[in-house]
Amino acid sequence: MSETSVQSEQQRNSGSGSLQPLVQVENLKKYFPIMGGVFQRKVGDVKAVDGVSFTINKGESFGLVGESGCGKSTIGRTLLRLNDKTEGSVHFEGKDLHALSKSELRHMRTKMQIVFQDPFSSLNPRIKVGEAIGEALLDHGLVSRKDLKDRVIETMKICGLADYHYDRFPHEFSGGQRQRIGIARALIMDPEFIVADEPVSALDVSIQAQIINLMSDLQREKQLTYLFISHDLSVVEHLCNRVGVMYLGTMMEMAPTDELFSNPLHPYTKALMSAIPVPDPTLKRERIVLQGDIPSPANPPSGCKFHTRCPMASDICKEQVPEYRNMGNEHFVACHFA
Amino acid sequence: MEQPQNRMEQLQEQLKIVKPESPWKIAARRFAKNKLALVGLIILVLMSLICVIGPFLSPYELNQTDVKNKNLAPSAEYWLGTDKLGRDILLRVMLAGRISLTVGLVATAISVAIGATLGAVAGFYRRYADTIIMRIADVFLALPTLPILITLGAILSDLKVAPDQRIYFLMLIIGLLGWVGLARLVRSQILTLREQEFMQATEALGLRDSRKIFLHLMPNTVPIIIVSATLGVAGAILTESVLSFLGLGVVPPTPSWGNMITAANSLIEFRKRPWTWIPPGLCILITVTAINLIGDGLRDALDPKMKNR
Amino acid sequence: MAKELVEFRNLETHFKTSAGTVKAVNDVSFSIREGETLCVVGESGCGKSVTAMSLMQLIESPPGKIVGGEIMFEGKDLLKLSKKDMSRLRGNDIAMIFQEPMSSLNPVFTIGKQIAEPLLHHLGMTHKEAKARVIELITMVGIPRPEKIYDSYPHELSGGMRQRIMIAIALSCNPKLLIADEPTTALDVTIQAQILDLMRDIKSKLNTSIMMITHDLGVVAEMADFVVVMYAGKVIEEAPVLELFKNPQHPYTQGLLKAKPIINQRKERLYSIPGQVPNPVNLGDSCHFHDRCEFCMEICKVKTPPLRAHADGHKTACWLYEEEGKSNERNVGSVGTTAE
Repeated sequence: MSETSVQSEQQRNSGSGSLQPLVQVENLKKYFPIMGGVFQRKVGDVKAVDGVSFTINKGESFGLVGESGCGKSTIGRTLLRLNDKTEGSVHFEGKDLHALSKSELRHMRTKMQIVFQDPFSSLNPRIKVGEAIGEALLDHGLVSRKDLKDRVIETMKICGLADYHYDRFPHEFSGGQRQRIGIARALIMDPEFIVADEPVSALDVSIQAQIINLMSDLQREKQLTYLFISHDLSVVEHLCNRVGVMYLGTMMEMAPTDELFSNPLHPYTKALMSAIPVPDPTLKRERIVLQGDIPSPANPPSGCKFHTRCPMASDICKEQVPEYRNMGNEHFVACHFA
Repeated sequence: MEQPQNRMEQLQEQLKIVKPESPWKIAARRFAKNKLALVGLIILVLMSLICVIGPFLSPYELNQTDVKNKNLAPSAEYWLGTDKLGRDILLRVMLAGRISLTVGLVATAISVAIGATLGAVAGFYRRYADTIIMRIADVFLALPTLPILITLGAILSDLKVAPDQRIYFLMLIIGLLGWVGLARLVRSQILTLREQEFMQATEALGLRDSRKIFLHLMPNTVPIIIVSATLGVAGAILTESVLSFLGLGVVPPTPSWGNMITAANSLIEFRKRPWTWIPPGLCILITVTAINLIGDGLRDALDPKMKNR
Repeated sequence: MAKELVEFRNLETHFKTSAGTVKAVNDVSFSIREGETLCVVGESGCGKSVTAMSLMQLIESPPGKIVGGEIMFEGKDLLKLSKKDMSRLRGNDIAMIFQEPMSSLNPVFTIGKQIAEPLLHHLGMTHKEAKARVIELITMVGIPRPEKIYDSYPHELSGGMRQRIMIAIALSCNPKLLIADEPTTALDVTIQAQILDLMRDIKSKLNTSIMMITHDLGVVAEMADFVVVMYAGKVIEEAPVLELFKNPQHPYTQGLLKAKPIINQRKERLYSIPGQVPNPVNLGDSCHFHDRCEFCMEICKVKTPPLRAHADGHKTACWLYEEEGKSNERNVGSVGTTAE
């Protein structure tokens, strides 16, 4: 155990220390058109992602947190070009991902993968598990048909599945096992970068811990880089070196994990942290309960998007968009009062 | 990485309970539980066997007229009686069954081939392909089917197409007019499937389009194609009967259930000799009902949501 | 200690499946006292929701059936009531809110209509009285501008608002017991905090008993007075909330508490309970947790441990705390100190 923690600590340091960027996102915007009226004309935009920039360095695990509608999943998908972008750029290993041709992109796909949230809809119900895990290798010509099964079974074992699962169908597995299948499918390509889109939020607590441990083991062994998307701050704190907090398509705060959790600067981050129920009945905390609902991303508030719910809001917040500033220690925040 | 290994030993114990079963086996098991559908299947199999094998066992021959024995009521010699030309009704019903079933199957096969392909192309490529195919489909939907069939039947008669060749034209025409419904079903199914996370996964894995279409999308549309095709066969048999009844489909002397009922056109036959038109009528009723029961059973068994396993 | 409002006595609810019988609720006994919040906690499939549905008698039959036991509510056995009496009880004395507020509201009626319905039905109010009461209820669940909400439709409201409306409907007839089945699972954390606040508020104002079903130990710690832990259809531990969190006894409860990452308490590696919930079909005589338990003994595999009190108000079903179990194994001493 102690050995593990030393290794992991090194990992964490090298992640933020050596600073070799793998993914660079610059001013990324993704708007989904709203169609309406008799002729299905565009009547507005859902601003799912509205000008977000960040960099993920090699070997680090970057967490994105936020509530529903904050655009964190859209970022994950746009970043892998599963969606087209509206504006901005995504560079992977220095190449502009959204400018690649179809065949270049197909080649690039082997280096970046995604693990989905819903372990039920992320597997094709009519394809056997072994086949689902191995088909991409075959399709990209990375393995001969002869060696395919061995490769698949090897990967399945790494992910905690057994060889006799090879010929089973997805419906025969529990949620946790399906998530292992999803991870194996991503892992077999030997990617450098994995987007994990809420991989544990559909699972039970005891299974969540298994999957989180599996993912951190894999990261250590394969030197993976993660973009870990979650609504659960405690999971992100456990797994990530750096965390970005999003609200309505905008990055509100971004900092190394320890810095963010010991010294949250944005009132939204503070509220989010205090809203998480802690399994300790003796703990009496000063809780910040935010008033009101999350506004619709189709019609976000003016100025600072958080001002409608912010306990500190004043006139300037309604009018001016706060600047996204570096407060030192790699700690960025977008708030007038930070 | 020790923990997963330990875990597996424990998992093995539990998973022995679950039998490895493909989605198809599950569907078959559920279909077998549906009594009505089973009855339908048995009836259809029996009907097909009788129509295929029966004529070989018959002592009579097709178009063997026997004026002395015309208009006989059912008897030990002629089980279903004879018609006004002295032909054995039973033999004619069985041969007509062959033709009606063949027309139904082939016409449906044609519409499935067209409908599934066009639907898949429209759903997968969207944009222009979708717009063009769906507008064509709209045109076909707006065509009044029966008048067109009647007109085409009349044209066939005008062109003096030989009676035994008319069947092929008939299959083609019914098939060409019947693909729209299936194309729409397949298209909407594929549009839904595209949004599923497993299809996003195929994109993330960088799979080729051909693999996405043929290995991921199409197998998931097979259930609805099967159901729709089954019900389509029933529809095609009915259409054929209607046309033949009107004298525009299969024309005598080639028998079909539809043109045999024409006998009921004359008041005397209708009143005095019910054995000439009731057997083919019953055959249509029973066959179409059986196929529809099977179709409903299949729909329940193939429910993609897999509930009530 | 306050009077008991509900008492489950050896409740058995079974489901028939093609693979065999699932004992979703298997010999479950516990009570809910007046003015108390009782949390039933467990993972999916542990029978916590089925227990609540059995109390409401909303088990669909087939495949489900309550095959044994009693559910006492104010001294009456609910299982012996007629359909009509039970349905009156459901509206008046026991109310329930669900995880998915959207599917519990009818999309074609206005919010006002839906809250007023039980008032007109069960309490025989006039339309005018009902409207006044509805406005009062909407205000009580913390929604501003109640008149406007009265005339809106469910799709016009956010998830948190809809859950508030569900609570308003549940409270409309002043129930003695409010059953909340994962009421905040579908909501965002900041909205969850609002709803939990509201429920605490209601409990203190109206002195309603709450039976809350959840998988989240954090929610339990915030809400519960008393906790029941279920696993594979059985109650494996029950205790007052402070006692349970200070001194969890069952290895499963201990594991759950350790497995959850807690904010600002970063660990290098999470404790994880190995394996998964057993296949619920035809579970035999054993501790159902034995194959995931690090203290598993021979007796655990063949005999079901009884649920017995080992401290004041703290019951556990585990052979580690039984004489019979101790004679089986020597190294029981390590149980309390299993921190990883």
